Amino acid sequence: MNFEPTDDRRMLGDSLNRYLGDRWGFEAWKRVAASDAGHDPAIWAGLVELGAVGALFTEESGGFAGGAFDIHAVFHALGRNLVVEPFLGTLLAGRVLAAEGGHETMLASMIDGSEIVTAAFYEPQGRYDIADVTTRAVRDGEGWVLDGAKSVVPSLGLAGTVLVSARIDGDATATDGIGLFLVPSDAAGVEIRDYGLIDGGRGGDLTLRGVRLDAGSRVGGAAHAAIEDAVAAGIVALAAEAVGAMGFCRDATLDYLRTRVQFGMPIGKFQALQHRMATLAIEIEQASSAAINAAAALDQPRHARERAISAAKFTIGRVGALVAEESIHLHGGIGMTWELPLPHYAKRLIMIDHMLGDEDHHLGRYIALGAAA
Amino acid sequence: MELNFTPDEEAFRAEVRTFLAEKLPRHIVDKVNSGKRLTKQDHEEFHAILNARGWLASHWPEQYGGPGWSVVQRYIFDYESALAGAPRIVPFGVSMLGPVLIKYGTEAQKAHYLPRILDGSDWWCQGYSEPGSGSDLASLRTSAVRDGDAYVVNGQKTWTTLGQHADMIFCLVRTDPKAKKQEGISFLLIDMKSPGIEVRPIITLDGEHEVNEVFFTDVRVPVANLVGEENKGWTYAKYLLTYERTNIAGVGGSIAALDWLRQIAGKQKKSGRPLTEDPFFAARLARIEIDLDNMKTTNLRVLAAAAHGAPAGPESSMLKVRGTEIRQEISSLTRRALGPYAQPFVSEALDAEHNGESIGPDYAAPVAAEYFNNRKLSIFGGSNEIQRTIIAGALGL
Repeated sequence: MNFEPTDDRRMLGDSLNRYLGDRWGFEAWKRVAASDAGHDPAIWAGLVELGAVGALFTEESGGFAGGAFDIHAVFHALGRNLVVEPFLGTLLAGRVLAAEGGHETMLASMIDGSEIVTAAFYEPQGRYDIADVTTRAVRDGEGWVLDGAKSVVPSLGLAGTVLVSARIDGDATATDGIGLFLVPSDAAGVEIRDYGLIDGGRGGDLTLRGVRLDAGSRVGGAAHAAIEDAVAAGIVALAAEAVGAMGFCRDATLDYLRTRVQFGMPIGKFQALQHRMATLAIEIEQASSAAINAAAALDQPRHARERAISAAKFTIGRVGALVAEESIHLHGGIGMTWELPLPHYAKRLIMIDHMLGDEDHHLGRYIALGAAA
Repeated sequence: MELNFTPDEEAFRAEVRTFLAEKLPRHIVDKVNSGKRLTKQDHEEFHAILNARGWLASHWPEQYGGPGWSVVQRYIFDYESALAGAPRIVPFGVSMLGPVLIKYGTEAQKAHYLPRILDGSDWWCQGYSEPGSGSDLASLRTSAVRDGDAYVVNGQKTWTTLGQHADMIFCLVRTDPKAKKQEGISFLLIDMKSPGIEVRPIITLDGEHEVNEVFFTDVRVPVANLVGEENKGWTYAKYLLTYERTNIAGVGGSIAALDWLRQIAGKQKKSGRPLTEDPFFAARLARIEIDLDNMKTTNLRVLAAAAHGAPAGPESSMLKVRGTEIRQEISSLTRRALGPYAQPFVSEALDAEHNGESIGPDYAAPVAAEYFNNRKLSIFGGSNEIQRTIIAGALGL
């Protein structure tokens, strides 16, 4: 038994952390995260060059790693450094394209950073349910016509292509009858509403009105299983990103408790604060274990995988909120200010719970999967 | 990253399982699994079975009769034992005193006491806490005054677990009342049959006699029964408290308890359906199951780090706090699962030989009592607040 990363993954994580430490600090975050682009092409190119995208995919799909713990290593570094680049959309879309095959050209340009592709799996009425798909895909000769709306798509404004789930057949929440389509963002009938996110970076709402696509735009066949697999990988990523961000919050809060003086002594000497901090430290270890459990389960058969994935996302949501709220509180007033990095990490932790299913969603899912066993 | 045990460790696990399946007496397993009382004879029988295989003192070096296991093997053994419904090994002689004697005892002490721990000749109990010294253990006042070739001991110990069965007690006593409080303490081995010792039961909130008060009035203890140096006892006590850092979370026991909870909740009905299908109860159950699953991995991470020689940090405190919280929550949910039948209390129903008709479901009798008994988990072994203070210290606060 050994929970240490392999040398390759340690080196990958170290090189990302070193690069980000040199080139991406809090000043850069303030400049980029709330900007109109919500992304820094130079940082994105630098991270691509270091292999941060290639590590997410296997050799046969054009990457060089692609294991769950490779995804974990990359996103841990992204979380630790509060990176806002379009990694999650790239992982979600790329994972589907790699699994279905036949998209080597697009994958190659995603991995070399020249093309940004994101994934639109969720809809306004569907909350966190990937099967609640009312966007319609109707046959049009050899091709397709898509109509519908997709909500809060990560990095939508940056993407040249969007992988969209749409219903071909069946009731609004049926797992059968869903297809996936590659939609060019400049296709006629595509409307993108791009906006800033409270934790930095950008998302967007996607509206499709009579969007005509050729036959080659369809990706794979019945899509529910492929979307579920991509979301599972996305949760492995978000869990690792959250653990990275929690590590920053822990260190920053400890540093503050050691140095802030009130009543003639560092506030970390007060037991009320010590015990809150000790609880945080314990729970961060639990979250770290949950992220490891999720990564270890990613290649397991579906039922075991999805239970571990939901357990992890539930845990990350619960602990993420605790870390965010407690580390702001333990900082006192300064923790409320824009000028400190800490609260922006706290916002990121809270918003991770609003992506790919929150604490309640995944607890319910975990229970349902248990009952189905 | 290698999350699995090695083939050798898996083979060891299979060996432990086979041993437990073959050798663990049914009447003891039934008591453990149904929450019935264990007698002194049950504990002694179990210890003797382990000792016959050389597995009783799992963390003693081989030269003193231990099996020479790695930390991973010890974890596997404890985990599998708990899942198989084995009682916990009574820790006072084997787990607490043994390692102290091995590290700090004289050759004569080791030669005399260690074999007697293994073969059950001596049942040991622990004389640490006093009425005025709980979390602040170093403030203890039981005194030992040198008089010729003996110490004369006066004072009172409390919370002495299973002291009613004990032949011997290891005690922290004050030998230098003028020194700073940690520096005037010595570690003494005292025969419970000595004149001047009185044991009085403390009945706990569940009506059980598990702990005792022990009074010492002019008890003469041979100087040969001093462990290590006079006034260095605090060092030995701390060694004892930090010795076992990897199995403190009780993951195996919690998994067994959760399994029992699931069985009960599956039998209990709400609106004609199993309680496990009630969304509120199902959510509580799922939360604790997830916490426990995370804890299992956290414990394995600590174990792997220890196996690779990482220095001890605050991990054992973290495992203690979270492990006991989880176990308490499982106890609480098991009580909750019983509904109205958590209320009836028939103490005799916890005896294995009791054959009266059960009140409510046949599994109900011990549940609420065990819930109340498990309130101790966050109090003993260094309260969870003491542990949090230790963690904070290790974090540099």
